[in-house]
Amino acid sequence: MLFDYETLKLIWWGLIGALLIGFALTDGMDMGVGTLLPFVGKNDTERRVVINTVGAHWDGNQVWFVTAGGTLFAAWPMVYATAFSGFYFAMLLVLFALFLRPVGFDYRSKIDTHKWRNSWDWALFVGSTIPPLVFGIAFGNLLQGVPFTLDEFMRTSYHGSFFGLLNPFGLLCGLVSTAMITMHGGFWLQLRADTPVGDRAGRAGRISALVTGVLFLLAGAWVAFGLDGYVITQLPDTNGLPDPLAKTVALQPGAWLNNYDAQPLTLAFPLLGLLGAVMGMLCSMACRPALAFTASSLSIAGIILTAGVSLFPFVMPSSLNLNASLTLWDATSSQMTLNLMFWVVAIFLPIIISYTLWCYIKMWRKVTVNEIEQNSHSSY
Amino acid sequence: MIDASLVELSRWQFAITALYHFLFVPLTLGMTWILVIMESVYVMTGREIYRDMTKFWGKLFGINFALGVTTGLTMEFEFGTNWSYYSHYVGDVFGAPLAIEGLMAFFLESTFVGMFFLGWDRLSKRQHLGCTALMALGTNLSALWILVANGWMQNPVGAEFNYQTMRMEMTSFAELVFNPVAQVKFIHTVSAGYVAASMFVLGISAYYILHGRDLPFAKRSFSVAAGFGLASVLSVIVLGDESGYEVGDVQKVKLAAIEAEWEREPAPAAFTLFGLPDDETQETHYAIKIPYAMGIIATRSLTGQVDGIKELEAKHEIRIRNGMIAYDYLQKLRNGQDTPENIARFDELKKDLGYGLLLKRYTDKVTDATEAQIQLAVKDSTPPVAPLFFTFRIMVACGVASLLIFALSFYYNARRQIESKRWLLRAALYGIPLPWIAIETGWFVAEFGRQPWAISEILPTFMATSSLTSSDLIISLSGFITFYTVLAIIEFWLMFKFARLGPSCLHTGKYHFERDHAASA
Repeated sequence: MLFDYETLKLIWWGLIGALLIGFALTDGMDMGVGTLLPFVGKNDTERRVVINTVGAHWDGNQVWFVTAGGTLFAAWPMVYATAFSGFYFAMLLVLFALFLRPVGFDYRSKIDTHKWRNSWDWALFVGSTIPPLVFGIAFGNLLQGVPFTLDEFMRTSYHGSFFGLLNPFGLLCGLVSTAMITMHGGFWLQLRADTPVGDRAGRAGRISALVTGVLFLLAGAWVAFGLDGYVITQLPDTNGLPDPLAKTVALQPGAWLNNYDAQPLTLAFPLLGLLGAVMGMLCSMACRPALAFTASSLSIAGIILTAGVSLFPFVMPSSLNLNASLTLWDATSSQMTLNLMFWVVAIFLPIIISYTLWCYIKMWRKVTVNEIEQNSHSSY
Repeated sequence: MIDASLVELSRWQFAITALYHFLFVPLTLGMTWILVIMESVYVMTGREIYRDMTKFWGKLFGINFALGVTTGLTMEFEFGTNWSYYSHYVGDVFGAPLAIEGLMAFFLESTFVGMFFLGWDRLSKRQHLGCTALMALGTNLSALWILVANGWMQNPVGAEFNYQTMRMEMTSFAELVFNPVAQVKFIHTVSAGYVAASMFVLGISAYYILHGRDLPFAKRSFSVAAGFGLASVLSVIVLGDESGYEVGDVQKVKLAAIEAEWEREPAPAAFTLFGLPDDETQETHYAIKIPYAMGIIATRSLTGQVDGIKELEAKHEIRIRNGMIAYDYLQKLRNGQDTPENIARFDELKKDLGYGLLLKRYTDKVTDATEAQIQLAVKDSTPPVAPLFFTFRIMVACGVASLLIFALSFYYNARRQIESKRWLLRAALYGIPLPWIAIETGWFVAEFGRQPWAISEILPTFMATSSLTSSDLIISLSGFITFYTVLAIIEFWLMFKFARLGPSCLHTGKYHFERDHAASA
């Protein structure tokens, strides 16, 4: 089946969003776990409990990130090119942080000295904390527009600096992202780690949920009253060949809320983001960690969708040359590639989710101190 | 204008990160199958020694795998961070196999690698074997899609330039997948990975046999490695890359450079076994030649002729001149003069557009290139011969040495005389680096031999970079080198430690060092 080009472009906005949410829910979960690792585990065995709740899964989870990158390349090559080269040092920071995780997980238990293991614990902490923080900051900058231009041959060039990304609103979004990921990891640990680790993690999850809710509200208010949004004032045929320079774009105060006026149903997303965090907090307090984890998952999905819907149809607005802003209409691949990749995702994503769930089910249990001590040589 | 030092630094960074990543990939490719073989024997016979073998070699595999995953992330990022014009220009085609790799292969590999390490007590024997097999399948499928992507860089089929979007766009996914260059590369590369993994197991097992330790364990491992390795090394050599050199102009240039074939020789051409190629004068000094061999290898016939560098450059000059006209029409089309006549004329010439872009190094306008600039671009259109000539010979020498080690190991092992052939055991141990040298030089031949192109005949490498500055690259390159060096030291230290320890590190109480402990305790 072949969709028309316009429909495919819309579908791909949804698919990229779905892959980002998949990344945040899975890899984000073990990043939250890594963030909490040095704090909720008071000794080596407790820390091994923490690590072994995600031991068999972190690697598969990380592929959500790799796949999100790969599909971005295939479906929105201009966004991949502009974002990755523009945010050069931010991306390298994420990359270098991510280096620490595979080696941290795999090498930590191989040598039994305090110094060795403690060093890897902090490596895992850094490797798990930096990526969500930077991604949040990046989203915060997308909402403010990014200083890049496109020349007549579609060569993209960035005219900002790394430290320019660290503006107040960007940092606020970074904190929202860090808090929501920590909340998610906390509830996961409450669910999968035995006491006392699980209890400490639950408490950390509740605090993070509170912080997530408050900062998310604050960011929302900032977007409504403090930021200029982008609007397309003249849009070429959305079924046409993508040309990021063909439209005209203007700045308007509060314009990032236009979509919620036009489609009030989309208000469900920010509500989900907020209520998910509140529900997570309540369920965790009521010692229902499975529900708390579900609620934090919904909260994360709501928060990411809120960012996406606010920007829609923009993906990467340009603050230097408004008309060069990248949108889902004009930063995409050809119809053939979008169609091909749609079917690849439609076929493989359900298969991936099925076998991933099978693995989670097979490994499902409360990880206990006792078990770690008994399987000291085969656990992480 | 093009910043030459930015281009050079970007190339160095890519080469260093790719070569480094490829230290870890081959072992993963082959080791997963060796683990499948060992575990299958365990499941079929129920003999615990094979489970121990799976677990122990799996442990070494894991130390390697962690760095493979780590350094693979860089590769996924780097097209966007450092080759952003490339990403725009060919993302429509090149992005697809990369994304499919993630969805079809890398997910499979990474999800089940966790089950391989931590699922022993949670899965039935058959389920665990199934997970190991899926991990191996994922690993190898991953190589398939990466090589489909790389094969397209070497021989870009199934795509066309679209002047309206100013990029290459896919026209046939089937052609992309069944690209003959990609197919040959896939077989050649995964087989080379199997050789590396086999040599690794063979050499470390030889070390235990030399020390008289854990002999039943070591000899069984040695047997698996000798058999798998011999089959794989034959596959690498028989199904070598050579057959892929018939298709695509850039592959022909590469072949001519590898053989230092400056001029077309009457068929069947001689093969230059060794010599000193001189890029300045375009001749090879002190050449030792084997009559007929080149013609037979390259054309599989006694009558086919192979073009030399000089003939190829003459052809490139014509294409550069056509490319200048193509570029002129492209500008007309982009400036709104997209009349049917202009479009038709551009379509006729656009296959040479890439050659026109070679002039961008010397003049931004392209169409105003002087005769001297055209001659410079012609010189650029083929890669330097000497580095390719020597690396290719190093690769082949290491391949042949590996073949000898595997053939002799297999023979003496089958005759049950391996323990007494200490020279061979030592050769196997100290021969461990051989496949890696072959693989790294092979990568160099394939990718340096593609120069000056990022995408053969379509996009010159110097145009493909991001709009960064040299100082950005100096910072990032220093970061990579520092980080990678530290990681390498840790990895090698752990690898040597656990390889020396042997199966005793499993703490089953059955192996060499544990028995010593038991005896002394």
